[in-house]
Amino acid sequence: MTKIKTQYNRRSFLKISAAAGGGMLIGFSWLTGCVSGGKTEEALAIPNEWFEINGYIKIGDTGLVTIYSPNPEIGQNVKTSMPMIVAEELDVDWNNVIVEQAPLNTGFYHNQVAGGSQSIRKGWHALRMAGATARRMLLEATAKAWGVEVAALTVSGGIIKEINGDRTMGYGDIAAQAVAMEVPEEVELKDIKDFKLISTSVKNVDGKNIVTGKPLFGLDFKREGMKLAMIQHPPAFGMKVKDFNEAEIKAMPGIKDAFIVDITVPEPGYFDEKGYQQLVAIVGDSTWQLMKAKKALKTNWEAVSELENSEDHMKRMEATLASGEMHESRKDGDPETAFKNASKVIERTYSSPFLPHNTMEPMNFFANVTETSVELIGPTQTPQALEGSVSKLLNIPIDDVTVNMTRMGGGFGRRLYVNFGVEAAAISKQIGAPVKLIYTREDDMTQGTYKPAYLTTYKAGLDENNHLIALSVKGTGLPESPVFENRFPAGTVDNYLAEKASTKTNITTGAWRAPRSHFIAGAEQSFLDEVAELAGKDPIDFRLELFEKAIKSPVGKRNDYDAERYAGVLKLVKEKSNWGSPMPGIHRGVAAYYCHNSYVAEVVDVAMEDGKPKIKKVWCAVDCGIVINRDAAVNMVQGGVVDGIGHAMYGQLTFKEGVPQQTNFNQYRLMRHSQAPEAIEVFFVENDIDPTGLGEPGLPPAIGALANALYQATGERLYHQPFSSYKPLLG
Amino acid sequence: MPEYKLRINGASHTVNVDEDTPLLWVLRDELNLLGSKFGCGIGQCGACTVHFEGAAVRSCLIEVSTIGESEITTIEGLSEDGDHPVQKAWLEHDVPQCGYCQSGQIMNASALLAENPKPTDKEIDNAMSGNICRCGTYVRIKQAIKTASNQ
Ligand code: FES
Ligand code: FES
Repeated sequence: MTKIKTQYNRRSFLKISAAAGGGMLIGFSWLTGCVSGGKTEEALAIPNEWFEINGYIKIGDTGLVTIYSPNPEIGQNVKTSMPMIVAEELDVDWNNVIVEQAPLNTGFYHNQVAGGSQSIRKGWHALRMAGATARRMLLEATAKAWGVEVAALTVSGGIIKEINGDRTMGYGDIAAQAVAMEVPEEVELKDIKDFKLISTSVKNVDGKNIVTGKPLFGLDFKREGMKLAMIQHPPAFGMKVKDFNEAEIKAMPGIKDAFIVDITVPEPGYFDEKGYQQLVAIVGDSTWQLMKAKKALKTNWEAVSELENSEDHMKRMEATLASGEMHESRKDGDPETAFKNASKVIERTYSSPFLPHNTMEPMNFFANVTETSVELIGPTQTPQALEGSVSKLLNIPIDDVTVNMTRMGGGFGRRLYVNFGVEAAAISKQIGAPVKLIYTREDDMTQGTYKPAYLTTYKAGLDENNHLIALSVKGTGLPESPVFENRFPAGTVDNYLAEKASTKTNITTGAWRAPRSHFIAGAEQSFLDEVAELAGKDPIDFRLELFEKAIKSPVGKRNDYDAERYAGVLKLVKEKSNWGSPMPGIHRGVAAYYCHNSYVAEVVDVAMEDGKPKIKKVWCAVDCGIVINRDAAVNMVQGGVVDGIGHAMYGQLTFKEGVPQQTNFNQYRLMRHSQAPEAIEVFFVENDIDPTGLGEPGLPPAIGALANALYQATGERLYHQPFSSYKPLLG
Repeated sequence: MPEYKLRINGASHTVNVDEDTPLLWVLRDELNLLGSKFGCGIGQCGACTVHFEGAAVRSCLIEVSTIGESEITTIEGLSEDGDHPVQKAWLEHDVPQCGYCQSGQIMNASALLAENPKPTDKEIDNAMSGNICRCGTYVRIKQAIKTASNQ
């Protein structure tokens, strides 16, 4: 039986009070919760702010349970799946559960970050603890009222029953009394086998609002008296604004103001973008008039650093790889000698370009700056970072800055960075009025914070028996290396070398869905496909052999993966896809990858139609521990597959003299309906491991599996993204 | 600024805007109909899709002065209570991720089915390819269209 503590060092994770309007209100700290008995406790240094109450459960006297979700919804379905965890431990009928976005201006949203697929992993214990505690207190209150032991009671669907009697008590009827009970120091959690709700499919709680077009997003936010604003940033990386035709712009119809804002924050942090700090801002009442004013801008820019070109980018990365300045980040055995002794050696180089995030909803933010306070509302994943930056920029104490989050029209890493919110605050300060800043698609796509560009060389050596005896990976990127030295295939090869180095650029970059993994997985998995072919082995069997080695006699001290689980998803995808039984006209490729704590293997089926490859089906096997919301998890993985394939096929942002050459969806290709896989099937490894996220892990293996399938279909190995630039794929 | 009388979702609205103002911004800025979304502004993403005399159009490209008496329907006017077969199918397949593109997808799909109640996969692809879903819900959208087409 797993027990979970409700306090730590005598500080409670929970607060209980009577709910306004009747019933019980349980406040809890969304990100805390320690399981008793494990080693976790000693290792656990819980930051103070995690004790802040930021999740709420209300058990009304009607029996209706309201769960206030503080986690921002960005499309990962956490607003549905996290309350499911509470409801499971609380033992209520999901039909009696309402999930609400906590109202604005309550501080409910404090300290939340949605990024890195980590929401579920981090919330798991806290959510279970909160649900289990409420359930326990309701049981105790009932036991007291009836003069029986808690052990004499059972509960199901929010109704407490006497085991040897007829009495029943609804949660709603006892909730008010439960408030007076003492909070137990620790509570029992359900056995996983007793889960009723978790691992089923629950529909998105916002589904109806979305399909009826309700104003949920930042861009939809309105406030009486609010102005609208747009910005113009320099056209090229390396440029800075000098001046613009201010008088002319201000005289345009509907334009209230135009000026240059500076958002340079002292001591910038990780979430402050390094890009454009001075921008032209235009303020008005109508979006369209602002757009016209933007077109009429005549701005003088000056070059303050190099204006870079894509061709030079490639050359620069090649020079880094060729230089002796690589940093050796891991070495096992004696790779140099092993490569010399190898009977076959293969070396291949892979690349991927800069990519914008292109969230469907362009960046925007509402700001209301007064002399003494700042109110910010919009689509951010990092409200705390935004608060900090705005506080520093405007010199207003952080306690007087509030940030509230709206639903987000996609994130993919983009909304971890805060400049657009800071810009809104700077504009509001200047005009002394509430304002909503809106980016056009062009602003959004050319502003920076891109996925870095990468270049990586893999080399493998096989002995005369076609065993992999040496492997090296050497990677660089603008500006960071994509190499994870301790991930697979490290640990499976006796002689292994990982080297990395960064290459300079003034194009600004940031985290992009499954950072680094989105590139390195494709490179590694395409390379292993080629190595398997050279060794004359089936690509799945070849990988399983490697995992076999990592299970039995792992090489090196630290390998950041569980070889059994890795092999597990490969075996599952092999079985489900009927790998090994050829289908006429179908060309297949496989890949597997581990990132963000989850394992995913994928098989891509391609057919040639009218001389062009068409993706017929993608098979996915996923190990993300316990699946919380099954159909939503499937949706996330499907989205990751489309994202991976779409960007690997078509995505690229190129530069000429620092100017991004693709500025909107007419030049920048995203995957569309007709290119999407016809079917994507997702299978889960069923186990009792604590759940891990699915926002990222579905994406990386899709690229390798695609490249390997396209090779089977066209005979062409694809090394450089976007793959659509290869002749056989142009069609 | 000129005045325009528009017929939107069965009601008549009067707005005073520049004559080249795209319908999208009339809906969003003037009429508080925020279901039609801004994604690109150049007719490439479909997030702003509405019905113009029943046909799917990109409202970011329709200048207000060209609308005249034509009947416009937005996502807010597609059904009384979200019970259009396409909306119901969307819920059944739990299509949305972030949800931002979905009103445009639904408006396009409902126009397609009104004209062609039993579209083939190819016809669905052709009709829907102007609507980008950055979250990649394409497989579900197609399933939902098929479900709705059998209603
Ligand atoms: S906003 Fe109209 S098509 Fe993109
Ligand atoms: S659901 Fe996010 S863009 Fe389609």
